[in-house]
Amino acid sequence: MKKPEEMPALPVKALAAIDLEAVGALDLSCPDPGLAMPMGSPEPNQLVRNLVQNYPPRLLRKRSRHIKVNDPIEVPKIEANSRTSPGIITQRGCCYAGCKGVVLGPITDIVHIVHGPVGCSYYAWMTRRNQADVPEGDQNFLNYAFTTDMTENEIIFGGEKKLAKAIQEAYDLFHPKAIAVFSTCPVGLIGDDVHAVARQMKAELGINIFGFSCEGYKGVSQSAGHHIANNGLFTNVVGTEELPPELKVNPWRVNLLGEYNIGGDAFEMERILARCGIQLVSTFSGNAQYSELARSADANLNLVQCHRSINYMAEMMESKFGIPWMKVNFIGAQATAKAMRKIARYFGDPELIARVEVVIAQELAEVEPVRNAIRARTNGRPVMLYVGGSRAHHYQSLFADLGMPVVAAGYEFAHRDDYEGSVVLDSITIDADSRAIEELTIGPDPERFAPRKTEAEIAELEAGGLKMATYEGMMPEMTKGSVVVDDISHAELEQLIEAYKPALVCSGIKDKYVIEKMGIPCKQLHNYDYGGPYAGFKGAINFYTEIDRMVNAQVWRLVTPPWAAKKPA
Amino acid sequence: MLNHTPTEIAERSALRINPAKTCQPIGAMYAALGIHRCLPYSHGSQGCCSYHRSHLTRHFKEPVMAASSSFTEGASVFGGQPNLMEGLKTVFTTYDPDVVAVHTTCLSETIGDDIPQIVGEAKRQDIIPEGKYVIHANTPSYVGSHVVGFSNMCTAMATYFAQEVKPARRRHTDATQINIVPGFVDPSDMRELRRLAEATGFKVTMFPDTSGVMDAPQTGKHIFYPDGGTTVDELKNLGRGVATMALGWWASRDAAIQVEKKAYVPREILDLPIGIAATDRFMQILKFRGGVITPDLERERGQLVDLMVDTQQHFHGKKVAIFGDPDHVLALTEYVRDLGMIPVHVLTGTPGKRFTSEAERILGPKAASSNIKSEGDLFTLHQLIKNEPVDLLLGNTYGKYIAQAQDIPFVRVGWPILDRVGHSLIPTLGYAGAVRLLTKMTDALLDRRDRDAPDHQFELVL
Repeated sequence: MKKPEEMPALPVKALAAIDLEAVGALDLSCPDPGLAMPMGSPEPNQLVRNLVQNYPPRLLRKRSRHIKVNDPIEVPKIEANSRTSPGIITQRGCCYAGCKGVVLGPITDIVHIVHGPVGCSYYAWMTRRNQADVPEGDQNFLNYAFTTDMTENEIIFGGEKKLAKAIQEAYDLFHPKAIAVFSTCPVGLIGDDVHAVARQMKAELGINIFGFSCEGYKGVSQSAGHHIANNGLFTNVVGTEELPPELKVNPWRVNLLGEYNIGGDAFEMERILARCGIQLVSTFSGNAQYSELARSADANLNLVQCHRSINYMAEMMESKFGIPWMKVNFIGAQATAKAMRKIARYFGDPELIARVEVVIAQELAEVEPVRNAIRARTNGRPVMLYVGGSRAHHYQSLFADLGMPVVAAGYEFAHRDDYEGSVVLDSITIDADSRAIEELTIGPDPERFAPRKTEAEIAELEAGGLKMATYEGMMPEMTKGSVVVDDISHAELEQLIEAYKPALVCSGIKDKYVIEKMGIPCKQLHNYDYGGPYAGFKGAINFYTEIDRMVNAQVWRLVTPPWAAKKPA
Repeated sequence: MLNHTPTEIAERSALRINPAKTCQPIGAMYAALGIHRCLPYSHGSQGCCSYHRSHLTRHFKEPVMAASSSFTEGASVFGGQPNLMEGLKTVFTTYDPDVVAVHTTCLSETIGDDIPQIVGEAKRQDIIPEGKYVIHANTPSYVGSHVVGFSNMCTAMATYFAQEVKPARRRHTDATQINIVPGFVDPSDMRELRRLAEATGFKVTMFPDTSGVMDAPQTGKHIFYPDGGTTVDELKNLGRGVATMALGWWASRDAAIQVEKKAYVPREILDLPIGIAATDRFMQILKFRGGVITPDLERERGQLVDLMVDTQQHFHGKKVAIFGDPDHVLALTEYVRDLGMIPVHVLTGTPGKRFTSEAERILGPKAASSNIKSEGDLFTLHQLIKNEPVDLLLGNTYGKYIAQAQDIPFVRVGWPILDRVGHSLIPTLGYAGAVRLLTKMTDALLDRRDRDAPDHQFELVL
C-alpha cells in the first residue's frame, strides 16, 4: 500500500506570499486555443477531399464523415466509435485489448487469466509498459502471463472445466488476493460461462474471482473493452474494502482515474500530489494494488486523466458514492499546473491552494530554462498526432509548450465527446455495436452514498469557472483549419504526411517505421519508445529533451548519400 | 524478478504460465510478407491483426503492412463473408497488391467460414481484379503454434501457385534451380541461405523470402511493397527445381511435400542449418543435387572450425538451457553439443512428440540426464533452471526475465528478439551464422568471467 505521506515541508515565507485572491481569479475553465497553422499549409478542404478520393464510393462516403476541418468555435460534427471498414488498414485493436490490456492488466496483485487460445495472453504480456513499484514482499504478477491455452478439444467440448482447473492451479501456486478471467473471441462463440465458473470458484476458494466478457469481436475497438472493464471493476471491486481510519485523516483524498503508468507517468503524478499534501487513495490502474481500488470509494474527488477509458467509472462512483469528478491533464507543464490548481480550488482550503502555488512555482523554475532553450530549436515546426483515445489531445499541451503547432490529429478509438466535448453527449446516436455493451444503471448506495459537495457548492465552483463532470474535448483546443481524422487508415496517414511534411508524427508501433521510412521521426505515444515519464513537470523536461533529439537528429542528414545529393543552386 | 516462481515443480494441466509459443496467424502473416507485392490479410477481429503487426514490428523494426476483416458481433454470429468481400474490395482499390494472402483466426475458424467459397464469390462479383491472386491458409489459433501457422502459409503458396507437372514431363526440370523453404528465420538468414546455395552454382527459388521486405534500407521513401519477396512466377515454376530443401521439420516440411505432390520435385527435409553439423548437411545436399562446393566455401567452414578449436576451453562442460521454436532449438542443441557444452534443459512451447525423440537422438547418451520438453512454458523452464542451474541461457527475448532472476549469461537467438538489433541484418544460419553465434556466446561467458573475477584472476588475455 502507498503509505500516507507526512505533509512535506514547504518554505513558510513562500506560502505566506501567495496572493490567494489572485489565484482565485485565475481562469481555469476556458479551452486553451491551439497554435495557429503554419504559413503555407495546404488548403484543408481540398486536402480532406483528396484523402478519400481513391476509395470505393460507399467507403468514400463513410470515411468523409470521420474526417473534418476543425473550427474550435463552431465545432463540426465528426463520426467516431463506429465500425472500421474491413481491409482499410486500421490502427485499432480489439475489445479484449481494451479490457485486459489497458484497464485491468496494470493491477499488480491480481492473477489475470486469459481464457482462450495462447495468442491473446501472449501479445498482452508486458508489451504495454505499465510500470509498478511494488513494496518488498507484496505480490506482483506483472511479469507473468496466465492463460488456459485453449486447444481444439476445448473448442469442441467446451472450456469451462479447464478454466476452473486453471483457476485452482493459479490459486494453489500463488494464493493471490483476486483472480480475474478474460474471455477471448472463441469463448463467446462456444458459450463458456466464465462468470458462472468465476462465481463457483470464488465460493470454493474464498477469494474474489470475477470474469469479463470482453471477446475481441465486441464493440468496434478497444473502447468497448474499457467499458466492460469499468463495469466489472465497479461491480466486483470498488467499495468492497474500507480505508482504515488512520488513512482517513487527510480530507484532500483523491483517486486518479485513467492513468496507467506507462513509462512511469503515474510515479511523477504521485510525486507532485504528495508534494502538495494530497493523498492518493488509488490509481486506476497504473502502479495499483487490488486493495487500493477496493478502497477507492473513500476518496473525496476523482481526477480523470484518460477520459475515454474510465469516464464510466467516474460517473458510476459519483452516482453510487457521491464522489464528484473533474477532467485533468497532467501532460505538459502548464497543463499540470492547471490540473493542480483545479484540485486545490475544488477543496477550497487556503492552505492547499497556497501549497499548490508554491509547488508549481518551484517546479516551473526547473522546467522553464529547459523549455526556453529547446523552444528555440522547435518553435513553429508542425506536428501530427494519431493515437489513442486521449493522448492525441493531451500531448498537444506539451507541443504548445515547445511552440510546435498541431496541424492534424485524431484518435484511434475515441467517441464524439472526446472530440467535440461533453456537450454533444446527448446527441450521440447509439448504434447496435455500442448497444451490445452493457450500460449499468447505478443509484445511490443506501449506506455509503455521501455527497462530498452539496449541489449549491458545486454550482458555486462552476460559477467560478471550475467545470465539474465534464470534458471539453480535443477540437475546441485545436486551431482553425487543422485536420481531424477519426480512426485513420494507413492510406490517409501517408497522404497527410506527404501533404504537411511535419517535423514529427506521434503514433504507435505499427506506424512508427512507416513514418520513419518517409524520413520523418515518429514518437510512439503508446509505449513512449521505451522512454518516459512524460507526465507532470519532470516528465515535461524529459519530453522536451526527447523531441529536441528527434527533430534535430543528425542521422536524418545521412539519408541521401553524398554522391546523390542535389547541388545547391 | 519472477519472485513467485517456486523451485518445487507441481504438475499443471490447465494453466499455461509464461508461454513459449504464440498462435498460428502471426506465423502465417510473416510468411506472407515473403511473397513479392503481397498483402497479408487476417480474417477475424481486428485485434488479432493489430497484435500480430505490432509484434512482428517489434522484432524487425520495419513496417509490417497487413489488413483485417474487422469482425464485429454481427459477423461473429452471421459469418464473415460480407466482411471478407468488402475487405478484398477495399484492399485491391486502396493498396493494389498482386497477391492477398488470407489467413484465418480462432474466431473465423470457430464460426467455420469457408474461405475458398467466399473468395470464389468475390471472383464472381469481379472484386478481384484480373491478374491478381487471393490465396489462403487455415490457421486456427487453438492448434499448434506460430510455427505451424508459418508452415501452413508456406504450404498454401505451393498449393495455390506451383504448376502441376506430370512425372513424364519432369525432363523440363531446370538442372540449375533448387527450391528452398527457409523456415521461420530472419531476412538475414534467408539472404545467407541464398548466398550459400548460389555459391554452389544453383539458381535459388526461396519461398517465402522476406529479405528485401523486412530489412529495407532507409531512403527517405516508404515503399509499400519493397523489392523483395518471392514472385508469383517463381512460385509457379517451383516444379522446375531439382529438389525442394525444407529447412526445419516444423516450419518447412509440409510445403516441400506439397511441391512434391504437385510437381514431383523430390523433397529434402533438413534441420535448420544452425551450427556446423546442420550446415554441413545443408551443403552436402546441395552437392548431392549437383552443386559444387567451392574452395571459398571450404575456407568459410574451415574458419569456423578454427574458431571452435580456439574457443573450446571456454565451452567445454558448460551447462546450457535452450528454449524457443522446435526447429531452432534442435539445431542449437546439436551445435552446443558440438562445442562441448551440455544442454541440460531443452524446451519448446510448440507441441509435437518428434521434438523429444529428435533431441534424444542428438544428445545420445547425455539425453538421459537432460530435461527435454515439448509443449512446455517458461515458468517450467525457470523452475527447471532453479533446480539445476546453468552457465548459459539461449532463447528469445522472453528469456531475459529468467536470466535476470537467476543471474545467468544470456544470448538472444530465434524469434522474437524485441530488445536488441542486428538479427535482421546479420545471419544466425550457415557457417557465418555459426561464427556469429559462437562469438556472442563467448562474449556472454567471458563477460561473466571478467565480471566475477577477483583482481588477481582478472586476465588481460583470454
